[in-house]
Order: sequence, then C-alpha cells, then structure tokens
Amino acid sequence: MAEIIEQEKGKKGGKRRPKKQSTRIDMTPMVDLMCLLITFFMLTTAFSKPKVMVITMPEKNKDLPKEEQVRIPAWRTLNIILTENDVVYYYVGNADPKKPPLPTLEKSDFSKDGIRKVLLEKNKDLFKQIAEYREKRISGKLLVADTTADAAIKKMKKEDMKGPIVLIKADDKAKYKDVVNIIDEMAICNIASYAVVDIQPLELEMLKTAPK
Amino acid sequence: MPKIKAPVRTPHIDMTPMVDLFSVLLIFLLLTASFRPSEATVITSPNSVSEKQAPDKDIMTIIINKDGTIFFNIDNGKDSAKHTRVDVLTQMGKQYNITFTPKELNDFGHWASFGMPIADFKKWLNAKDSKEKDKLQTGIPIDSVDNQPSQLFFWVRFSRLANPYAEVAIKGDGEANYKKVKMVMDLLQESKVNKFNLVTNLEKQEVTLKDLPK
Repeated sequence: MAEIIEQEKGKKGGKRRPKKQSTRIDMTPMVDLMCLLITFFMLTTAFSKPKVMVITMPEKNKDLPKEEQVRIPAWRTLNIILTENDVVYYYVGNADPKKPPLPTLEKSDFSKDGIRKVLLEKNKDLFKQIAEYREKRISGKLLVADTTADAAIKKMKKEDMKGPIVLIKADDKAKYKDVVNIIDEMAICNIASYAVVDIQPLELEMLKTAPK
Repeated sequence: MPKIKAPVRTPHIDMTPMVDLFSVLLIFLLLTASFRPSEATVITSPNSVSEKQAPDKDIMTIIINKDGTIFFNIDNGKDSAKHTRVDVLTQMGKQYNITFTPKELNDFGHWASFGMPIADFKKWLNAKDSKEKDKLQTGIPIDSVDNQPSQLFFWVRFSRLANPYAEVAIKGDGEANYKKVKMVMDLLQESKVNKFNLVTNLEKQEVTLKDLPK
C-alpha cells in the first residue's frame, strides 16, 4: 500500500514554486515490523502457567518399632493397585498370608463409572457434607472467606470416621500418568486420607491371578 | 468529443486504526510476557483438577521425560543478589573434584534445566551450539555407586543447602514409567523431602451430589 507520490510536472515558465511535499508517512515498514514482533511474542509467551498438585508422602521411619506404627482398621482400608494399560485393581481390607482367604482383586478403570464410583460410594457421607457446604457458599446462603471455607472442609475431613483410607500402590509397569490420575480422583471425591505406599510382594502375587 | 480522462488515483487505505491496534497488542504482550524457559526436553504433563499455581521462584524441578531420563533445574531464588545456581555447582565441583572457572560458573547461572553426569559438565558448559549441548544431555544418574549416594542426591542436597526455601517439584511426562518416578521420590525422601509438587495441567472435572450413587 505504498503510496506513489506523484511528481509535479515542471511547468515551463512562471514562478518556480517550492515543491509541495506530501506529509503522509509511509507506515508499511512499521506495520511489517509490528506484525513480526506480535507473532514472536505470541509464540514465546507462556500464557497458562503450569499448575501443581501437592502431595505429602508418609515419612519413612525405619527406626520406629512395629507396634508404634499407625494401625488402621481393616474395613476402612481400600487398597488400589495400579498396573499396566491403565488398569486399576482394588480390594478392601488387609491381605495377610496368615489369614486366608486372600481378598479378591476387583478390576476397574479411570472412567466415570470406574474407580470414581467405588470411591464415591465409600466416601458418601463426607462427600455429601462437603458438597452441601460448597453449594451453600455458591448459592450465597453462607458468606465466608475462602480460608475459612478451606479450614471448615479440612475439619470435616479430619472428623470423618467412616470414609475410606486409601492406600495407593503401583507396580513397576504403571505409568506416572496413572498415579497422578488416581491422586486426582482422591481430590475429586474428597477422600480425607490417602497415601502412596510401596506395593507388597504378596500383592504382586495377587496381581498375577487377577481377572484380566 | 474529447475524451474525459479519469484522474489516476492511487488506492489508499488509512492504516492508522490498524497501527493503533497493533501497538496496543504489542504493548500488552510486552508487559505480560513471561518467557517460556527453554527446557532441555519435551514434557507432556498429565492433567489434574488442582488449581494451585506453580511457584515462580524458590523451586527446584526434577524433570523426568518419556524415556525416564532425568533432568534437574533450580532457579536463582527470590533474592537476585544471591547466586544459588553458582553455589550449587561450586559445591558439586568440590564433591566430585572438578574445578569450574568463574566464566563457566557464571554461564551456568543463566542456563535452565540440564541433565548429564557431572563428568560431562565441563564439556556441556563449553559446547559451542545447542545441538552439541543436547547430545550431551543423557540424564543425571540416580543409581548409587560404591555405596556413594547418587549424583541427583547431591544435586538435591546442595540445592537445599544453597536455598533452604526451595520447594521440590516433580515434572514428569505422563507416559514415563512409574518405576523411575518412584526411584526419584524415594531418593527425595532420603533427603528428608516429604512434600512434593507434581506439575500438572489443569483439567476441570465436576462431580456433584447428583453423581453420588444411591
């Protein structure tokens, strides 16, 4: 869109007038440069900052005698075992070779009706409590600050005595993605207590005979 | 009849609004720009519902890519007068009897993530172009040799000594094997780090009371 400045034709004779200069500035190079710069910035800017998920691992206390380690009631424990191909197995209670029969592994997956349903079913009371609390806040019936709400939810989780205690175990074939997904499910289902722990040799045995 | 000549006009578009708009955009991008740091490897983070933002400063990142290669990164910390990275590398040099020149240390201060055995470090710092640099990035060893803790262990340890406020983030590729991640986590727990930040992408998922099984 560069303009062509028409040259005045020199008239013969008459007074020579100073040439009328056009005051227009050719902006094309400027626009070109700007286009380049904008494209460059758009491509290099990181708009969405990465998010983080905080996970606290149980402390590895090797010196602690067995009796002093926290004991958890068997009916509350839900063991989740992750393995290859995004398959999830779970069983309730303890797997103790001294007390047969061994619990059977149930097969599940990461879909909406998979492990989430199991977790919600087990955590019904607490989930209801928290969801109702959140709904009250959204609808405006309850006006509290974010920090207060967080503290209240934390308290609910702490006082909950019926929800499951989830032990997450993954074998060597599991993908990192699966572990993140299952921890994510814990957050979605408002599970009060969960931990990522080592898989037991017995559970590896159980995996071999698990339904495919 | 004389022909009427239409005067020849140059088509002219007023570009002022366009320039205005561009200027605004440019200024906006300039002000908001937070540059993507050049990473040593490509990572596809898994998704989660977590909305917590990753801290900008005071963070050390352990990067695990698809093949299980391990990279490490630490920032210089909130206080720009401190040279955390330089301190860390000096300590590492002492540990493994490698002396780095001030120039090498200074260069390292500006780089982002890296992943190679300490023996290749000098070569990496002095490599001419990025292609050569990339070739040297074979991952930080995490196996302990001769009862000596692994190199990653020392990186973490000296980083924590240099910047006690640094949090630990694990940035793993979704397809990475859990075994490798587990090894890293165990190593971190040995250094008494029990709280990790797992870097993820945000993906909203709503579960309401209606989804509760009856």
